[in-house]
Amino acid sequence: MSEIAVPTITASRRRRSFSRNKVFRRLLPWLVIAAMFLFWEALVIGFRIEPFVLPAPSAVFAAAWQWHWLILENSWQTFMTTFIGFLFAIAFGLASGVAIGSSSLLYEGFYPALVGFNTIPKVAVVPILVIWFGIGTVPAIITAFLLSFFPILVNVATGIATVEPELQDVLRALGASRWQVIKKVGLPRSLPYFFASLKVAITVAFVGSIVAETVAGNKGIGNLMLVASSRFEVPLAFAGLLMTSVMGIAMYAVASAIEHRMTGWAMRSGQAISVQA
Amino acid sequence: MRNFVELDNVDLRYGEEGDGTLALQNASMRVDDGEFVAVVGPSGCGKSTLMKVVTGLWPATRGGVIVSGREVDRPLSITGMAFQNPTLLPWRTTLDNVMLPLEIVQPHASKLKRERASYEAKARDLLALVGLSGFENKFPWQLSGGMQQRASICRALVHEPALLMLDEPFGALDMFTREELWLALQDLWLARKPTVILVTHDLREAVFLADRILVMSARPGRIVAERTVELARPRSLDMTYEPYAVGLIHELRDHISAARGIT
Repeated sequence: MSEIAVPTITASRRRRSFSRNKVFRRLLPWLVIAAMFLFWEALVIGFRIEPFVLPAPSAVFAAAWQWHWLILENSWQTFMTTFIGFLFAIAFGLASGVAIGSSSLLYEGFYPALVGFNTIPKVAVVPILVIWFGIGTVPAIITAFLLSFFPILVNVATGIATVEPELQDVLRALGASRWQVIKKVGLPRSLPYFFASLKVAITVAFVGSIVAETVAGNKGIGNLMLVASSRFEVPLAFAGLLMTSVMGIAMYAVASAIEHRMTGWAMRSGQAISVQA
Repeated sequence: MRNFVELDNVDLRYGEEGDGTLALQNASMRVDDGEFVAVVGPSGCGKSTLMKVVTGLWPATRGGVIVSGREVDRPLSITGMAFQNPTLLPWRTTLDNVMLPLEIVQPHASKLKRERASYEAKARDLLALVGLSGFENKFPWQLSGGMQQRASICRALVHEPALLMLDEPFGALDMFTREELWLALQDLWLARKPTVILVTHDLREAVFLADRILVMSARPGRIVAERTVELARPRSLDMTYEPYAVGLIHELRDHISAARGIT
């Protein structure tokens, strides 16, 4: 009897500690953020740092509340330019990634040029974009696009180019056309790569938008921060900074959620059900 | 019976500039319609290459390959193939993996949408035949290696190919699972009588399954010997331990040893 009783006790104990653990794990990131703010606040108070050098989080939040309409308006501008640029990047990155990944000719021809293009600092491109398109929304969209399409392209191309030859043979031995092989094997296989790249791409798209707004904008968080710091409204600049990170995290979470839904087969660790024959 | 597969003095050299390895040299063989042929030989002798040449996955460098009365110049669509690895697509369920050929091979591909239910029933029957009922909606990583291999054999058969190419399909399995699948394969073959070419390094497997066994030489490979297996069908596993089969296995072993000695 004791042999039966012992496992039940440990099982229920394990379950209880596990659930506590799970709640704790979910709260952990928030606790870390709160601790960072507290540390920052203590630092500013302890060392009597001037607000125009490093404002305390309390001052940043106060400024965020005071200027919340201004911040929201500019955040929307930044979000919109980022998102449009990002959508173009998805369309272009996916299409060219499939093309380059599935043709060794295109791969060998275009890849070095693309790598070369990617090493150009995009900040340096913004003034040229201003010459072409003027100041404002368009350069921000284009910069967001330029920064974010490359990771998508590279990942999709890699996913398709590295399809196991055995999987290709399975289809080719059935007389499948090249497009059928791409459709049935290449695309599904590159999906995990694609979604992983989205998480990188969306964050760098924000960088692109904000860089363009800082260099050549009249709206957006980048512009707001520039104006705020030139007027020594440092807490407001920090509030803008905080807002971009909130937007970045939110978009990352969305991309990550879609990734989990679409490519569950590729991330099965933890829930694997192993069946023996 | 007419020749279904015919190879005439086939050479195959890998590499595009003709400086690669010579994998096949003067390989000739004939396989009758509905015949079960096993190809055995020392490792690295070009058995898998032979499969690729017959199915048109690799064009022959020299010589003629005729399957079903037609010169092979591109991958054939009348074949079903199973490899040493199950090569199931990880994002598809077992059932969807088995149904994959139906989405590609005509006339099934154009009928699939309208007659999905009947095709699905067929795939389920096939899975049941190899003992995979109840696993239709599982993903490959939820199956054991032996089960994946069974699903892969179902995939090779679902479109009722006239030619079944098996490239060491049981090589990675333990002996018990292997014997179980030999029986399942024999049943499938007896039920439909497709032409089968089985590449294997297991001589007992060859003797149990095949009507005729071809022995390949070491690389560059060609057929050096041929033996007919005079065992009644359906065969039982015990038959492979009877004097006739044991004698045959010994003889094949000697052929392969001799083939290895050449290099």
